[in-house]
Amino acid sequence: MKTWLKITAVILLTYTIIGGLLFSVPRLNIINETIRALYFHVPMWFGMVVLFCISTINAVHYLRKPSLDRDINSVEFANTGLLLGMLGIFTGMVWANYTWGSPWHGDPKQNGAAISLLVYLAYFVLRGSIENEDQRARLSAVYNIFAFAAMIPLIFIIPRMTSSMHPGSGGNPGFNMYDLDSRMRMVFYPSVVGWILLGIWIATLRIRVRKINEKLIELENE
Amino acid sequence: MNNLVSLVVFLGSFLPGPIAMAQPEMADTMRSEGKIYVVVVILLIIFFGLIGYLVVLDRKVTRIEKKLPVNKG
Repeated sequence: MKTWLKITAVILLTYTIIGGLLFSVPRLNIINETIRALYFHVPMWFGMVVLFCISTINAVHYLRKPSLDRDINSVEFANTGLLLGMLGIFTGMVWANYTWGSPWHGDPKQNGAAISLLVYLAYFVLRGSIENEDQRARLSAVYNIFAFAAMIPLIFIIPRMTSSMHPGSGGNPGFNMYDLDSRMRMVFYPSVVGWILLGIWIATLRIRVRKINEKLIELENE
Repeated sequence: MNNLVSLVVFLGSFLPGPIAMAQPEMADTMRSEGKIYVVVVILLIIFFGLIGYLVVLDRKVTRIEKKLPVNKG
């Protein structure tokens, strides 16, 4: 990952922390100041989806032309995506506790997110259960595509077809859920980009460590 | 003369805060709006701490990568 992208991530996130807490936001009942959680909770999910997407692309590439590098990319992007997803779930639970009344509300989007995280957890269980390297890489690449395909309806489609307490249920939230508040967009979009870049940074770091590890194993075998 | 001074003080008390010099509070930015700026500073310290940690880790990995023999491009 290019250094300037890392610097961009840090600048954008610094701006998000300052702007997210200090800039003015719409005054709404019940959610009050917690509306600011949008700047930090929602980008976790954006980051997760982007990282899972990169993971799946690598899985598809692996199946077209198997290579160890692609397998490593696929795993580590899924790993970091899972981390962001977990943070998304936990921040959502705190937010829900104070605005909806309880941490787990059985909201369709909440349940869907939890199920898709479990689907991705099973990906790591699958990997851990296969000894043979090539077999592990191939089977988990196939499963990875399935997991991504399962996540789309769970997070993006089903919550929109039923009544959800998340904004935009029974329709397309698009980006109208902030009531076209341009002040919030000024912080929200930079935050999304910043968190995605930070996620990619962490993932690439993990990939590099894994590649060093593979190299050492290779040297030992010689 | 005394009357003049008390008149000035009396009129001055109608002026808004800073000019009236009622409180000796200082560094007001950090204390205003429910001390939210303090939270911002704390979050920034944590954030930069984590980023610093990540940068150190990044450099460490780079150093190890350079130590490895390059026989496979």
